[in-house]
Amino acid sequence: MIYSIIGYYSLISGLCLGLILIYFSVKNFKNSKLLDSKILSFTFLQFFFVVISFLCLILSFVLSDFSNETVFNNSHTTKPLFYKIAGTWGNHEGSLLLWLFVLTLFILIFLVRSKNQPIKYKILTLVFQQIIIIGFFAFIILTSNPFNYIYPTPIEGLGLNPILQDPALVIHPPILYLGYVGSSIIFSSALAATTLKMINKSWAAHIKKWVLISWVFLTIGILLGSIWAYYELGWGGFWFWDPVENVSLMPWLALTTLLHCILVLEKRLILTSWVIILSITTFTLSMCGTFLVRSGILNSVHTFANDPERGLFILVFLFSLIFLSLIIFFFFHKTNKNNSESLFWLSKETSIIINNWFMMYFLSVVLIGTVYPIFLDVISSQKISVGPPFYHKLIIPFLIPFLLMMAIGPSLKWIKSNLENKVYLFSLLIISILLSFLIVENFDKNILINTILISSALYLFFITLRDFFIKKNKNISQNIAHFGFSLLILSILFNNLFSTEIITNLKVGETFVSNDTKIVFENINQKQEKNYKAILGNFSVENPDGTTDKMLPELRIYNQPNIVTSEADIKTTLLSDKFIVINLVQNQEYFNVRYQVKPFMLWIWLSVLLVSFGGLVSFFKRNKHEK
Amino acid sequence: MYGRKVKLRFLFVIIILITLILTVFLVLKSLEENVVYFQSPSEITTLTELDKKKIRIGGMVKKDSISINANEINFIITDFKNEINVIYTGAIPNLFEEEKGVVAEGYLKDRKFFSATKILAKHDENYMPPEVKAALGEK
Repeated sequence: MIYSIIGYYSLISGLCLGLILIYFSVKNFKNSKLLDSKILSFTFLQFFFVVISFLCLILSFVLSDFSNETVFNNSHTTKPLFYKIAGTWGNHEGSLLLWLFVLTLFILIFLVRSKNQPIKYKILTLVFQQIIIIGFFAFIILTSNPFNYIYPTPIEGLGLNPILQDPALVIHPPILYLGYVGSSIIFSSALAATTLKMINKSWAAHIKKWVLISWVFLTIGILLGSIWAYYELGWGGFWFWDPVENVSLMPWLALTTLLHCILVLEKRLILTSWVIILSITTFTLSMCGTFLVRSGILNSVHTFANDPERGLFILVFLFSLIFLSLIIFFFFHKTNKNNSESLFWLSKETSIIINNWFMMYFLSVVLIGTVYPIFLDVISSQKISVGPPFYHKLIIPFLIPFLLMMAIGPSLKWIKSNLENKVYLFSLLIISILLSFLIVENFDKNILINTILISSALYLFFITLRDFFIKKNKNISQNIAHFGFSLLILSILFNNLFSTEIITNLKVGETFVSNDTKIVFENINQKQEKNYKAILGNFSVENPDGTTDKMLPELRIYNQPNIVTSEADIKTTLLSDKFIVINLVQNQEYFNVRYQVKPFMLWIWLSVLLVSFGGLVSFFKRNKHEK
Repeated sequence: MYGRKVKLRFLFVIIILITLILTVFLVLKSLEENVVYFQSPSEITTLTELDKKKIRIGGMVKKDSISINANEINFIITDFKNEINVIYTGAIPNLFEEEKGVVAEGYLKDRKFFSATKILAKHDENYMPPEVKAALGEK
């Protein structure tokens, strides 16, 4: 009770501080020298209030204070403490508070870390950031207050959706939000720099750190979500082209493009307009992600919350932000004529620009696939869905030139370059093609496209691998990231090609025999846990190579809320995953059994980690340079 | 006639235009091919001709309609006005139960018979697919 009051008033104070900050910044913008320390302390105070508010919500969850509506809706006394705390951001209200927390944290870090930047630039960035922050404060207080009362106080809460009770999903939202919100800093700073006409090499070097760190968090955030979907949703896949996944992929694509453009800007002072547009796009897409997921517009397999009023608020807010940024862009931005001409076709920047085009193409495909069903629903009330074939068909063919460009691009020089080591590059290409043909040959479907795909991925793999050994003091972070990417594409391709699946309905004691695999459903055990009852299926699977695996997939029947979930049993080895999941058909003796062998699953996760590790290396390298 | 720069720029614009047109064409074409339409059992009875394409059907699983054997699952989707028999081979989601909302993806055999290739999961016990809600709301 008391925590709700404290939390609520902290939010209000934070909002007031935001308004005060904007007022003072605008008023004293001319003689801004006096303002520096004041701004920092005000921002710190605002951050402090948000932290208080966030802690209050966590405490309400820990103490199971059901007079708080959010706690009532999303918690339960029998839930383990870990998930009580995690429940704080497992719901709409709490996750917005988390957004706000990261927003204020980042602007604070920004102010502390950019001491050497011009004061006007800092103040302007702060103003833009405060506009976003105030928007979120207003959104939370007006439409989704996490501290609403219920009277009379209920004795028991409704509980958290069991599929959200999972360690990966506990850290997934915070990490993803760090990435999303990091793009808000890039957005504010790009607008500030445009207004002050200081988009230059030193700005690029300064903002690059923020781009890198947001990118790393976003990458890991998406990875965690994907891992969770893999073992929790029980479909054995890691990416479903579901709208909720797509909205996190879109900012990632934009951010990746931005990351490469910033490098070009830093070295060559070209593409300035492009960088600004990308900064705006990335943040807009992050906001769109929040909007689409939270408004319930998306018809998704993991829809969690929906409320049209909230959607409308974010939509209006989003459009005013876009409008504001476009005005700033068109009024203040003048391209530098002298530099924009000297593009030679065979150079590092050209290859980056070409891959930028591809990225933008991928982005538009994902965007259209995600938004088109909504659009069609609104204009003609026809319900459609766009599935994986759409994305595969449009994206996969263009991966081939994209991968080749990624392989050749980094070895080119800035400004003007010749292809060095032609023999080497060419012979590696031949080796890749031959090797991939040998791999694919044994399979009768789509030899051509698979050979070309695998060979281009292999090509990137070999070239990056060779770069590790040959070129000392080269760009190691880029090398790691590109190597990781080639590994990712290879693992995904092999995973798709060589996965096998058996789906069958079995009674206890029955055996399923296919050509080379034997699945025996031996018996079932029951187990009573604190907040769920478990049914463990006891399977033994005889593999083609003669070995036998004991597998124990689980069905959990949660008591509050009353939901059944399947827990897959996964045997992970270096080369492949064995995945089994069961499901009980209501009032029937049959269990629905799904058994999959998925090669290189582990390598998909590892390679994404490698990619983000590349970003991290680059981040820390930068820091050293500056000191 | 024209300088080298003008020519280059002209070429550049042309390339961009061609890529744009190509992109739009590709996207539209594969949208047309790969979009899956959603229909309710009542809408299917009013169809004049059967579509060969993949569709989605949504509604409630009729009470006492699920029957299962080693290979397949049979059940009936109803929107309380009309119903359709569904035959399905594959994995089922957790919340597939009688008298709960369901969305099945697959091919129509005739107006009363649907062969499903996928059954979609909805991860909330109170959740009803918006299409189902709309379909049921019409009655």
